[in-house]
Parts: sequence; structure tokens; C-alpha cells
Amino acid sequence: MSVELVLGVYVFILAMFVGFEVIARVPSVLHTPLMSATNAIHGIVVLGAMLVAGGADTPLLKTLGFIAVVFGAANVFGGFVVTDRMLEMFRKRDDDEGKRGG
Amino acid sequence: MTMRANAVADLRSSAIAASYIVAAVLFIFGLKRLSSPATARQGNRLAAAGMTLALVATLLDRQIVSFWTIAIGMAIGAAIGTYFARTVQMTAMPQMVALFNGMGGATAALVSVAEYLRLARNGADAGAGEEISIVLGTIIGAVSFTGSLVAFGKLQEILSGKPLQFPLQKALNGFLLAAIALLGFVIVAGTGETAALWALFATALLLGAMFVLPIGGGDMPVVISILNSLTGLAAALTGFVLHNQMLVVAGVLVGASGTLLTLLMSNAMNRSVANVLFGAFGSGLVAGSGTADDTPRSIRQTTAEDTAIALAYARSVVIVPGYGLAVAEAQHTVRELATDLEKRGVSVKYAIHPVAGRMPGHMNVLLAEANVPYDQLLEMEQVNGEFAQTDVVLVVGANDVVNPAARDDPSSPIYGMPILDVDKARNIIVLKRSMGHGFAGIENALFHHEKTRMLFGDARKSLTEVGQSLKSA
Repeated sequence: MSVELVLGVYVFILAMFVGFEVIARVPSVLHTPLMSATNAIHGIVVLGAMLVAGGADTPLLKTLGFIAVVFGAANVFGGFVVTDRMLEMFRKRDDDEGKRGG
Repeated sequence: MTMRANAVADLRSSAIAASYIVAAVLFIFGLKRLSSPATARQGNRLAAAGMTLALVATLLDRQIVSFWTIAIGMAIGAAIGTYFARTVQMTAMPQMVALFNGMGGATAALVSVAEYLRLARNGADAGAGEEISIVLGTIIGAVSFTGSLVAFGKLQEILSGKPLQFPLQKALNGFLLAAIALLGFVIVAGTGETAALWALFATALLLGAMFVLPIGGGDMPVVISILNSLTGLAAALTGFVLHNQMLVVAGVLVGASGTLLTLLMSNAMNRSVANVLFGAFGSGLVAGSGTADDTPRSIRQTTAEDTAIALAYARSVVIVPGYGLAVAEAQHTVRELATDLEKRGVSVKYAIHPVAGRMPGHMNVLLAEANVPYDQLLEMEQVNGEFAQTDVVLVVGANDVVNPAARDDPSSPIYGMPILDVDKARNIIVLKRSMGHGFAGIENALFHHEKTRMLFGDARKSLTEVGQSLKSA
């Protein structure tokens, strides 16, 4: 196994603990936005798609990269925008008066 | 000159690396901020900022020689994603998440495939660890893609929500799994087996669809959560292939989140994850004692006028929303009714079951959309003790989550699932479209309870009528 891969495995394990710690504190009220926000975060894989599409030297690789960029970008942009739309609506009793019916 | 070029290249890769580290930290802080409704929106924006930074930094990568493919692809993807995100109804949120999740899965699989093709063409030996990551990334990404599409189809009701079962289904899935294992072995053991990789990709696509088809529509939230964590895992695996630790961090965070939510949801239904995935729950074959009972049981119907009077003269009302509320888009009507009741001095609260709706926390989003303040929403543990002092419980399109059989009848298929104890309240009014069954396909004793009155019809229409009668009550 390459050094980089071993390093990757370490990062994987540590990030897993961080993930469980952070996410266990999210109350069930926010579970739908949480799912949607993490859904947007895994769109980070579009980064790999950019490398493929930008470095492609054959039509096949270029096509694969292009499709992957389109899908990945839709995942990222759609995911963050829809989460923001949802969270915008969460407000407390005190600050909802001015915006009623909106 | 060469030294200068080296220095520039070094600076460039340092800048990329630093940006990736900051991005990973922003993802973690963003998720941390999601733990309270007051800071959640900021959290999501922090994560989005991390994403922007990471994507911009990637453009500096020397591997990228042509920007046009990226620019056009990004523009198209962003336009599609933003359009759907802006226009989707809040009630359709579960299928929206499924769709975006599928796209992420497809991206991960395509990146893995492309990376293998590139390595094979250059004749470079990827190393066993990288090859295993490519194989797993392809499989998991592809399964997540078609699985999410089927889940989307079921939730959008393009496909039937009923579990699709056919003879030899398990044998077929077993065969697909064996084929995938064999192909994976061939790829890792050999060098440049591009045909095997394409076959692996195709088989995994088929497996994803086959895996979700036999699962009932009511279990789709759990499925989406699992697929979400799978896509996260696939993204982390591409991080192994590309030697990008930030991808690993982001992917694993998502994987951890999806895993936790999956466990939480199956606990809330008192079922194991395996039972959800392989139990074909809700296929109509379950025979609980409720259905076996042949004594005809009476129900008591009520009218909108009587409901209005019962609510108007109550001191405390608890509203229990369920999927029926989402289907009827009745969140605004229910909020208006609650506001009118509060003006009359009635205390109104909402009781939210963890699996009400089609996604954990789905009801919270819908009620937030209707401007219901989140401190008025009570979780199951908070509210269960209060039902005995509640004058009227208004059940709007909820079924299995208020079925007392889950608490009292050991022969019921949902026995052991924690429920809202609405039958302890003084009066119960159930708004329902018809006497149809819930996701679990079983009879609900609550509807036959002597304290229960049924108000049949579309939830929004019924609530509007109740609201009108309330004005003259």
C-alpha cells in the first residue's frame, strides 16, 4: 500500500469519529435539512469530475468527465440551494410576526 | 528559469492544499452549526463556502488543461440543480434529496471509471489499494445512482409504491452480487481490464435498481438515508484514488451522518435495518390480529361544524400531522386554524413523531414553511406525558404512528414501535381521506375507539371547512 493510501485510511477513520460526534448532536427537528446538507456535501466528488474533464486526452474520457461534471454540479448547487430554502423557514415565535403569510 | 518554474508550481500546489484543508474545516463547522435551528442556515452557508473554495482551488490543478468542458458542464449542472431546488414543493423534499443523491452517486462512479481508463491507457500500475478503491467506488456509486432513481420514482409515484416482488428475485440478486465480486477480483488481480470494469459498472447499475424495487414506499426514507451514506462512502473512495484527503473527509462525514440517521429511523420504527431492506414490508401479506378480527367494528363520523365546536371549547389541543397533511398540502391551512384557536385562548401544540411523513423531520420542514414557530413543535418524548391532560387531539393524515396496537398488541407487525399515545387524550378527531390503511397495511384500533370521531375527506378541504365553522362557533 502506498504511503498516501495509508494516510487516507487514517484520515478516513478520524473523520468517521468527528462525523459521528458532530452529527449525533443534531436534533430530529433538523434531520431533513441535515440529510439535504450532507447530500450537497458529497457533491464534492465533482472535484474529481473536474480533474477528469479538464485533463481528458480522449473523446471518451472527455465525455465521461463532462457527464460527471454536470451531475456533480447539479448535486452541489441543488443540494445547497434547497437546504438554504428549507432553513430560511425555520424561525422562532418572536421573529416571525413581520413575515407572516410570506 | 527551471528553478523559478518549480517555485511557482510549488506555490500553486501549496495553495491548493491549504484551500482543501480550510474547506474540510468549513464542512465540519458547517455541520456543527446545523445542530440548532438558530444557527443552521449559517452552517449550511459555511459548508457552501467550503465547497466554493475547494472547487476554485481545483481549477489551479496542473492536471487541468482544458477549462471549457468544466465551465460548460458546471453551468448546465448548476442551472438544472438550482432550478429544481428553487421550484420543488416542500412536500416533495424526499424525492428531491433522492434525485440529487443519485446524481452524486453517478458522479462518483463515473470518476472511478474514468480514472481507471486513464491509468490503463497510460499503462501505469495503480497499486492494489487504489484499484480496490476504484472497484468499490464504481460499485457503490452505481448502486446509489440507480437505487436513488428507483426511490425517486416510487416517491414521485411514477413507479408503484408497493414492494415489487417476483419469483427468484433473491436468486437474481445473489447472482448479481456474485458477478460483481468476480469482476472486481478480475480487475484488481489483472492489469488494464477495461472491459471487466465496464461490465462491473453495468452490473452494479442493475443491482442498485433491483435492490430498491422490492422495498415499500413507506420505507423510502430509510433507503434514501442509506443511499446518502453510500454516496458519501463512494466520494471518500474517489479520494483514495485521487490521493485527495479533503474528499475523504467530506465523504466520510456524509457517510457517518447517513449511517446515524438510518439507525435512528429504524429504531423509531422498532425494526432492524435488515428488516427494512429485505422484509418487503407493506406488501399486504402481513396478518396482524387487527385484520384477523372479523367482528364488524363501528366508527363514529363527525362533521366540520362539530369539530369546530369541539376545538373552540377546548382548553388544550394537540395537532398530530402525518403524511396525509403533506399530500393535501394542508400545512398552511392547519397553521391558520391553530392561529384562530390561539386567538380564542386555546393552547395549541404540535406533536411530531420521528418518522411522520416520508423523511425524518419532514413535518418540521412543512410546518416551518407555514410559519409555525419551532418551539411549538413537540417531539414524541416531550408530548406523550401531556396527552392525558389534552382535551382534543386532532390527527391530520397520520396513521401507523398513532396506532395503539404498536403498544398493546404483541401480534401486530408494528408491535414495539414507539407511538404517540393520542388514545390517552379526552377526545380524538381523525382527519383522513378514507378508511384505507397506512404504510404498514394494518388496521388501526384508534379509529374504532369510543373517544374517536372520524372526519373523512381531503385534509386541506376539511380543515378549511372547520376554520369557516370556527368563525361562527
